Amino acid sequence: MSTRLQSGGRLIDRSTRAEFMFNGKRLSGHSGDTLASALLANDQMLVGRSFKYHRPRGIVAAGPEEPNALLHMGQGDRFEPNQRATTTELFAGLISSSQNHWPSLEYDVGVVNNYISRFLPAGFYYKTFIHPRAAWLHFFEPIIRKSAGLGRAPTEMDADRYEHIYGFCDVLIIGGGIAGLQAALTAGQSGQRVILLEQTPHWGGRAVVDGDEVEGESAEDWVKSALDALKTMKNVTLRNRCMGAGVYDHGYVLANERVADHTPGDGRPKQRLWRIRAGHIITATGAIERPLSFAGNDIPGVMLAASVRDYVVNYAVSPGDRTVVVTNNDDAYRTAIALVQAGLSVPVILDARPDVTGDLPARARALGIRVEAGRAIASVKGGKRVTGVQVCLQAGEGAVMEEIACDAVAMSGGWSPVVHLWSHCGGKLTWSDHLSAFVPDAARPPLNHDGSAMVTVVGAANGIYRAADIIAGTAGDGPKVPPIWVMPQGAPIQLRSKMWLDYQNDVKVSDVQLAAQEGYESVEHTKRYTTLGMATDQGKLSNINGLGVLSQALGAEIPQVGTTTFRPPYTPVTIGALAGEARGDIFQPLRRTPMHDWHDKNGAYWEPVGHWRRAYCYTRNGETHEQAVQREVNNTRENLGLLDASTLGKIIVKGPDAGRFLDLLYTGVMSTLPIGKCRYGLMCNEQGFLSDDGVVARIDADTWLCHTTSGGADRIHGWMEDWLQCEWWDWKVYTANVTEQYAQVAVVGPNARKLLEKIGGMDVSKDALPFMQWADGTLGGFPVRVYRISFSGELSYEIAIPASQGAAFWAMLNTAGAEFGAMPYGTECLHVLRAEKGFIMIGDETDGTVTPLDLGLSWAVSKKKEDFLGKRGMERTYLANPDRWQLVGLETLDGSVIPDGAYAVADGRNDNGQRNTEGRVTSTYYSPTLKRGIAMGLIKHGPQRMGQTVTFHKIDGSTVAAKIVDQVFFDKAGEKGNA
Amino acid sequence: MRRYSVFAIAREALRYHSGWDRAWRSPTPKASYDAIIIGAGGHGLATAYYLGKNYGITNVAVIEKGWLGGGNTGRNTTIIRSNYLQDPSAAIYEKARSLYETMSQDLNYNIMFSPRGVIMLAQTHHEVRGYLRTAHANALQGVETQYINAARVKELVPIINIDGPRYPVLGGLYQPRGGTARHDAVAWGYARACSDMGMDIIQQCEVTGVRSEGGRVVGVDTTKGYIGTKKLGIVVAGHSGQVADMAGFRLPVEAVALQALVSEPIKPCMDVVVMANTVHGYMSQSDKGEMVIGGGTDGFNNYTQRGSFHHIEETLRALVETFPMISRLKMLRQWGGIVDMTGDRSPLISKTPLGNCFINCGWGTGGFKAIPGSGWAMAELMAKGEPGPLAAAFSIDRFKEGRFIDESVAAGVAH
Amino acid sequence: MLTLQCPYCGVQADETELAPGYEAHLKRYGPGSSPEEFESYMFARKNPKGVHFERWRHAYGCGKWFLAARDTNTLEVFGTYPAQSSAPPADLVAKIKLKRPEWEGYK
Repeated sequence: MSTRLQSGGRLIDRSTRAEFMFNGKRLSGHSGDTLASALLANDQMLVGRSFKYHRPRGIVAAGPEEPNALLHMGQGDRFEPNQRATTTELFAGLISSSQNHWPSLEYDVGVVNNYISRFLPAGFYYKTFIHPRAAWLHFFEPIIRKSAGLGRAPTEMDADRYEHIYGFCDVLIIGGGIAGLQAALTAGQSGQRVILLEQTPHWGGRAVVDGDEVEGESAEDWVKSALDALKTMKNVTLRNRCMGAGVYDHGYVLANERVADHTPGDGRPKQRLWRIRAGHIITATGAIERPLSFAGNDIPGVMLAASVRDYVVNYAVSPGDRTVVVTNNDDAYRTAIALVQAGLSVPVILDARPDVTGDLPARARALGIRVEAGRAIASVKGGKRVTGVQVCLQAGEGAVMEEIACDAVAMSGGWSPVVHLWSHCGGKLTWSDHLSAFVPDAARPPLNHDGSAMVTVVGAANGIYRAADIIAGTAGDGPKVPPIWVMPQGAPIQLRSKMWLDYQNDVKVSDVQLAAQEGYESVEHTKRYTTLGMATDQGKLSNINGLGVLSQALGAEIPQVGTTTFRPPYTPVTIGALAGEARGDIFQPLRRTPMHDWHDKNGAYWEPVGHWRRAYCYTRNGETHEQAVQREVNNTRENLGLLDASTLGKIIVKGPDAGRFLDLLYTGVMSTLPIGKCRYGLMCNEQGFLSDDGVVARIDADTWLCHTTSGGADRIHGWMEDWLQCEWWDWKVYTANVTEQYAQVAVVGPNARKLLEKIGGMDVSKDALPFMQWADGTLGGFPVRVYRISFSGELSYEIAIPASQGAAFWAMLNTAGAEFGAMPYGTECLHVLRAEKGFIMIGDETDGTVTPLDLGLSWAVSKKKEDFLGKRGMERTYLANPDRWQLVGLETLDGSVIPDGAYAVADGRNDNGQRNTEGRVTSTYYSPTLKRGIAMGLIKHGPQRMGQTVTFHKIDGSTVAAKIVDQVFFDKAGEKGNA
Repeated sequence: MRRYSVFAIAREALRYHSGWDRAWRSPTPKASYDAIIIGAGGHGLATAYYLGKNYGITNVAVIEKGWLGGGNTGRNTTIIRSNYLQDPSAAIYEKARSLYETMSQDLNYNIMFSPRGVIMLAQTHHEVRGYLRTAHANALQGVETQYINAARVKELVPIINIDGPRYPVLGGLYQPRGGTARHDAVAWGYARACSDMGMDIIQQCEVTGVRSEGGRVVGVDTTKGYIGTKKLGIVVAGHSGQVADMAGFRLPVEAVALQALVSEPIKPCMDVVVMANTVHGYMSQSDKGEMVIGGGTDGFNNYTQRGSFHHIEETLRALVETFPMISRLKMLRQWGGIVDMTGDRSPLISKTPLGNCFINCGWGTGGFKAIPGSGWAMAELMAKGEPGPLAAAFSIDRFKEGRFIDESVAAGVAH
Repeated sequence: MLTLQCPYCGVQADETELAPGYEAHLKRYGPGSSPEEFESYMFARKNPKGVHFERWRHAYGCGKWFLAARDTNTLEVFGTYPAQSSAPPADLVAKIKLKRPEWEGYK
């Protein structure tokens, strides 16, 4: 059994007691434990079920490479699945449970897959469930989906918050072992700005666990003094519990700091995402031990040798009383020695190497540990827990020589340097025959913005494993680690189909061999066909072993077979941390007009327009939105409407060449616009398609003010700057986007002038301020610029006022206008008003494929100008085609409203069997003024077909007939607006 | 070819699967072929497959620089839908979707087509109008879609938050017969079927030059030597510009990065594919249980197959807002692909300045869903030398004429 | 996550401060140009896998457009210069030639 030892444990505090729950059982551990060490201390080796065969799974590792110990954690709005027990710090009150089983961890019916596993080899699903088609859809796929997945999905809104922090440094060092600390000392002493990250709560890496000696002192002492030195340096930032997650181009690094994972609900953010821009990156990310592939290597109790050592030394937890050690290298002897020194039994060390010499084996032998060279495990005995191993020759085919009882197996297949961060941005690897591992190829590093090497790798991540070598800068080769990809080497298929490569996804040696046999020869094909390395550990344990098996199956060298691509993140990162603070109300910036709060208090139903919010309508007395819009339309037509038009784009264009510039920007002529007057203008892109419209006012000899659509202001300003900076850069023109500097109010309706005359300050009479002119002055004591322009067909003044006074001005207009029936109106009323007048709306009548000529706006397109943006584009054959759909008004014969988006159908079908069409509706509304449906639409040859009827198709298959009419439905003579 | 079936598996299980053949052969190239297709991704393999199946042209080589299916075919988010606005798009994507329905049976390879439904959320009034327009267009195009209200969205996607403070869900365009498929299996299934017809799929073979005489292609130089051909199809997505350059013409195409990511696998919680275009993110759940997530493209020319973090950040932010429960899931893996974007973001299936050379590219962010339709149309173009109705509108001439096939107009982005 | 130095304000700007603008040094063809010229101006892009001259705007900085020479395959930035340039500066061209001897020049 696994248990807590009486003494030792460098990381735990035995004076504390932390109670926690696992599968409803109350268990206890110590402060300093991980959830995994605490579970082991309570003899909970079985912690989950595998993905495909639902085989029992025990803890294998002690770090982020753990593939099995993935648990549900927390409850309710702090519930999360797939929490890795080996990297989860224990805290009092922690609630956890195991995953992927029914009805219980011990008795899981899904294990039936295990008994039929011979019928479920790699990729079996590609070969079956093909017939009948319905069976896949309604039976097999739902079953596959239900049985896949690991943890349960959370159901609630996350109770925690996350934050982002930006870091900048000359040198970023990832990994707080001896190599990382050494690099930080060097960089720190040279005065560079340094950030040093360590993913665990503890510094020192392996050396402090293994009791290495460094420069004549213990690694523990060396680490302590290194940390003390670093803490005194102002240019050095240290962060533990902070995992270097991903390296991106040009020295950009993401790191995830687990701030309050172990203190949930204490008010701090759960996690903090570091977004670091580093001049140079040093990765000191260590190495990960590999399993060995022998039959039954997935039975709970089979663990990585160094992880066993971690549990014994760090947490005083023994995974078993009798531990068989199996290895192809010297390092595992440290585990045997540590176990024996802790008073535990190691019945044998099985070493696959034919000759075992060297210091560590000698020390093991000296302790009386039996060492067997050239031996292998033929098979592990046990079901939910190891009960023994059968011993065979590594060089043979698995004939059992001996059976040894044990309750744990510590295995080591050598080490794989953690090269993930080196590789994220294209750093290349080279195969070391000596280490049987990929190591970074310093000659082919990832490149920084200037073409220099962006990452340097030190320590075990670079294949230099021992602290003394790292400090001394020596190569520290040690004995060669032979490649042992299958144990024993001649294992028959019966054994190979019980050798696990990927514990979580249930990928076995036989699966990889099957993939190779079936032609899935590329390492990427093998990975995808077998799902090797695609589990939540992303192949940290399985990839190299799988690659070894594949290369043997193909008869190729490992470097020729290559690796799959390393992608961020190094270990999974909580999505909430990546998303950061921006959620809910601050999800995106909110642009508010100066009158925003007034609208909010007065029944505004909001509509997002870019980052702005605009009132769609203002509801009163329990009205529906539709009723509110009709009231607003009627009131504006009959009395007085007030519109917050502040979002309208306002761009000042100024300079000696401003007129010439605007003549190129607009399809019409703006240079000749007299001072004091306004002119409607259209802008096209170079394709000749309409992109924006608005009224331009000539302010003085070299100044124009260009109004744009609300959504277009920033885009059009950028468009102007693009041309001025990149094409006509010698022209003297200056632009300023003053959209937010001014509030703007449209005072609209028959009583508009009465209201302005009441508040007084300037002459707004027809003679003093005729249609399409503007004037500066004051109104009610406010400094204003008044434009006589109308988008409604009514008598209308658009009044600009400094933004700071917008709210006061708006409130004053509402109060003073009460006697004239003033009511605010929203964007939908605005749409109806303009549609009744046949005015186009960018985004409704246009969609990026419509030209001014399509809309009958040829009067706004200059024929005289040699050039304007869009002129050449419009001349192209498809745009100049007379068969293009053109804008007309539409009146249904039955007075109904044509559905939004409807198409007019024509006879027949095209070559693809689709119904032919001859037009579509672009704007369609119920007109409260005319008490009937009105619409505008683009119709083939429309303007030549006045009075004819076209047929619109409805979704339900029925149709509605509409007559082609003039698009101006109301006040065709324009008398109201000109009043 | 040995047929795949549950019986074949049972038979093989008894002998530990030692009898399975190679899914496709690994031949050395012949001296010449009736047709060569450059690019063994989904589109290239589908082209070859339909050349054989529909036109009996089987003396075909598919040449691949890397490993088959290793480009965008194996990197996308596997969404299949055909709810496009413009007629030519709807036609080819609907053709593709209908071919996907029977592809497993057709290829005798389970590509796991899962018509679980696709919803595109409408979160602004403008988007509502755009999707209503699409729904009307689809009704006339024979594409089955419906515009559904917010309550129905919530019913279909219980994990969605329809009352977000910034962009409440107003409704959605729902295509019940859209869905997903297993992307690798599509490439593998086609490869196996092509190989079975006697076609040569030549991997690890890079084209280094295109030889032509008198305005016609005569063959290609490759890292495995010169190979002659009577017809050439270029189907290389992100690298179209490079191959076109070898053939001596320039394309209206730019290569940019598109990124995607998956979460750790969880038990089923979302049965449909949801796309939220206002906030730029989309998500589905794979049969393995991972949440499969994508967003918009990065904004600059990029051949690295990796992208910038801030796009991932924006996508996840959008999806946490839309599906708050994903906040406590973890991102397992992110990656990028090279997408080839044309001037109107619609593909090219076209003749080229060289008489017997044809190009199929520009699928941008939406290629996977088109694979069978694209192959079908490209095969017709290559076999007949002239485009059929599916391909006609996608000719390269349209840029000169201004005849855009612009899908962005309906507030939708194409994924 | 690129960084590009803005040649106006000197800031080593993060990609998030910048707006990309695709190929640089295009010659505008307007009215009077042939269909081929206009199409080429609008759509035909070099799109090289290698050295690329492109436009960027320091959108969340000084607001200026500038040009950059960047390798689209390694993302190495060779240099940046003002948008008011009809051709890349000679020293930049020389620098690129040195680093990429096989490069055929920006035209």
